[in-house]
Amino acid sequence: MTTIPTPDLSHLSAQDYEHVYEPAEDTFLLLDALEADLDDLKAMNATLFLEVGSGSGCVSAFAAHILGSSTLYLSTDINARACNCTRRTGAQNKVTLDSIQTSFINGFHPRLKRSVDIICFNPPYVPTISVEASEAQGLRGIEGSWAGGSGGMQVTNVFLDMVHELLSPNGRFYLVAVKENNIPEIQERMKTLYQLDSKVVLSRRAGREYLSIVRFEFATST
Amino acid sequence: MVRLITHNILACHVKGCTSNNFPLQLQGVQIELREAEFNPEFLKTFLPKIEWKALVDTAKEARDTSLPLEQPEMLDDEFLKNLHHVLLEIHIEEGTMICPNCKHNYPISNGIPNMLLAEHEVG
Ligand SMILES: C[S@@+](CC[C@H](N)C(=O)[O-])C[C@H]1O[C@@H](n2cnc3c(N)ncnc32)[C@H](O)[C@@H]1O
Ligand SMILES: [Zn+2]
Repeated sequence: MTTIPTPDLSHLSAQDYEHVYEPAEDTFLLLDALEADLDDLKAMNATLFLEVGSGSGCVSAFAAHILGSSTLYLSTDINARACNCTRRTGAQNKVTLDSIQTSFINGFHPRLKRSVDIICFNPPYVPTISVEASEAQGLRGIEGSWAGGSGGMQVTNVFLDMVHELLSPNGRFYLVAVKENNIPEIQERMKTLYQLDSKVVLSRRAGREYLSIVRFEFATST
Repeated sequence: MVRLITHNILACHVKGCTSNNFPLQLQGVQIELREAEFNPEFLKTFLPKIEWKALVDTAKEARDTSLPLEQPEMLDDEFLKNLHHVLLEIHIEEGTMICPNCKHNYPISNGIPNMLLAEHEVG
């Protein structure tokens, strides 16, 4: 568990959590990974932080709290209620989160290429039948927070083909994954296709899920 | 809230709409001004990522004319304070952003810009 306090979420109610993903072990593992890298992340002097699928806004608010006000915090979610919760979570924690309703980063100007310093994505990673994930993406409700289709990778894979274009040369990308997602295969593929090195920085069992945080960065030519 | 710093990085992404698709024009907007902490270092590092003309034009649509047409070379305090206000303190709460090319409407409601497209519009 983190030693830095987790964001104040007391403004969110059970009613919000009927429609928006309630922070759980996966969320907290991501916070722990960010906290473990705190010195490095601070030293990056990040200009741009991006969270895809911000849900309650817990992760973005935590990042904004630990990294400070010299960074712009952008977040996206397909779920309108999630965007609203993210915005409110920012306000509740006295940080500003710029929340955008979109799928992944659609609608971002192409000049943002290679300029995002820190990216976080806790995707819908639960394996389901493929239609279930497609339908959940269309419904933009709570189902979209977990339904991951084949191998739990249907949604994540789309973003994995975008992230290299977005990440700044020294940037870092943190991805939440479960065992069923076949993490070694993801790592291999990202290396081969995009020269992104990766490392499993944290793992934890939570009930039936074996959760990991995978951190990606561009291979350095040393 | 859609601050102008965010607006400055959004572009139309309708299938086939790839030129003159930025900046999205503001229409029928409801604006709130909210004070933010002045951070000149942040402004200086962010400035190279800004599309200047788009920002000046959009600020005008939001009834702010404090920015010079050309980005100045000398970043004095007065300029930085104006820039700070335009980028970070003008919040669009309601309204529409319209693509100058294909006229697609992107609504802003409760301060959240909606960039989602219907399936057939996706590129
Ligand atoms: C497992 S939840 C994580 C929420 C929050 N980041 C957390 O860690 O608690 C996944 C989130 O991704 C969002 N999401 C699903 N598909 C998406 C897509 N295509 N683009 C953006 N967000 C998406 C869901 O609406 C949901 O809020
Ligand atoms: Zn357009």
